[in-house]
Amino acid sequence: MELLLQQIIAGLATGGIYACFALAVVMIYQAIDHFNFAQGEMAMFSTYVAWQLMAWGLSFWLAFGLTFVFSLVMGAFLYLVVLKPVQNASALSQIVAFIALMCIFNSLAGTIWDYSVKPFPSPFPETALFGALVTGHDLGMIAVTLIMLAGVFYFFKFSTLGLAMRAAAQNPESAQLCGVRVQMMTALGWALAAAIGSVAGMMVAYKVFLEPNMMYSIILYGFAAAIVGGLDSPAGAVAGGFLLGVVENLTGVYVPGGSELKLTFALLLIVVVLMFKPTGLFGHRVVKRV
Amino acid sequence: MAFLQVDGLDAWYGKTQVLFGCDITLDEGGVIAVLGANGAGKTTLLRALSGMVRRQGRIVIDGTPADQLSPEAVVRLGVAHVPEGRGTFGRLTVEENLRLAAIIRKDAAGVRRDFTRVYDYFPRLHERRSQQAGTLSGGEQQMLAIGRALMLAPKLMLLDEPSFGLAPQVRRDIFLILKDISRSSGVSMLVVEQNAALALDLASHAYLLETGRIVLSGTADSFLADDTVRRTYLGY
Ligand SMILES: Nc1ncnc2c1ncn2[C@@H]1O[C@H](COP(=O)(O)OP(=O)(O)O)[C@@H](O)[C@H]1O
Ligand SMILES: [Mg+2]
Repeated sequence: MELLLQQIIAGLATGGIYACFALAVVMIYQAIDHFNFAQGEMAMFSTYVAWQLMAWGLSFWLAFGLTFVFSLVMGAFLYLVVLKPVQNASALSQIVAFIALMCIFNSLAGTIWDYSVKPFPSPFPETALFGALVTGHDLGMIAVTLIMLAGVFYFFKFSTLGLAMRAAAQNPESAQLCGVRVQMMTALGWALAAAIGSVAGMMVAYKVFLEPNMMYSIILYGFAAAIVGGLDSPAGAVAGGFLLGVVENLTGVYVPGGSELKLTFALLLIVVVLMFKPTGLFGHRVVKRV
Repeated sequence: MAFLQVDGLDAWYGKTQVLFGCDITLDEGGVIAVLGANGAGKTTLLRALSGMVRRQGRIVIDGTPADQLSPEAVVRLGVAHVPEGRGTFGRLTVEENLRLAAIIRKDAAGVRRDFTRVYDYFPRLHERRSQQAGTLSGGEQQMLAIGRALMLAPKLMLLDEPSFGLAPQVRRDIFLILKDISRSSGVSMLVVEQNAALALDLASHAYLLETGRIVLSGTADSFLADDTVRRTYLGY
């Protein structure tokens, strides 16, 4: 029983990573009505920027703040320069653009900072808790995720800007007719998504270490968590992330040979959820009438 | 002076020209109807006025040349375009749809007043205010579309087939409300319709659009008396 509880808590700690990314996925989905497949690589690149700033002697939180701002600018810039020109092209061209972005960021990071694995510091105390399953960093990371969640939730639910952004993504023409500057909203959505992704990267890098491929599996879980939780629900995405972490961890401990099957079980969870609730656990049902 | 003055308006989709030299005059507070069969170019005419298609010609709205303006700028002249298909934001609630429509306004008190006004006109929208707009019936979505237009505190409303796809009773209700809006608020209206009977009852003047050209214009009464119009568009 105690073991179960401990494993659940450990799962929540891993889930915090996925939750962080799921939040960034939901953010961009709200802003452009699509996934951004390059999101993980963008976050990885931002994390390198933070590492570089600290290597130059800046404190963690100063580097954190500057990287956040850098990522805002990078997100808007990428949209205006790379994605906007292809936004009316076919879905295939857009996917090609996303994949190109992924490759560019990956090799850019590899070229500038080389492919060796680098340690990344944590701003939180390294005390071990709950029988050494959870560290101060885990709790700090969960706290940061929850703070961002509160911010994103407030932004979309109550702010005028958040409302305009959701409208611009759902029905750009109609939003224009309400006077919303659609291009600006999309650019802002990219900026915020990149910034949230950068926070996720800076929180995660302590655990997985910094290297150009650090995001490959994490971003997969991030997408999965967002889909399980509901793409239009920031809180759902975060819950989905924690759920995925717990399921993954319990599989590893209780299912014979489970450590090999972790990913399989996580993906199975997605399929099952989508079978019974296509909009995700917390997503809103949209009934379309004709 | 005319509130909306359009001279020699052409419009294109890509290389295909769809409107040819359209002239339209709408007086302040007036209501005009643009009639025409499916594919005549009615929707394109409204989209050209709002700056959503490539166009050329003179457009003056409330004294301001508007033929070079973006849709976002045309809205800010006080033009509320209720688009074909109603332009509902399906995943926003009814109330959020209305809030969004008032997004460019600065007068908070006026916005509150208009919320009350919209809910007075359409109590159904009030009942469903926290429901996702995508779940509304066709008639309710049309009410919401008109409600959104009102939230803009418009000087000019462009309505694209407000009767489309609605049951006869709902259609009549909508047009009665449009009549009331026109009378009580002095907003100018340009109504595009295939349902000529409803439109000519609302409007004082009308235009007939055929394959992108205005082939007839005059008072609503002269339209009702015109044999061709009657046979083709009124069906008696
Ligand atoms: N997006 C578009 N691209 C190309 N042609 C279009 C487009 N929309 C409409 N058309 C064409 O323009 C003409 C006028 O269409 P429209 O303005 O929608 O007519 P109406 O609203 O009177 O039914 C039609 O021939 C139609 O096929
Ligand atoms: Mg039409």
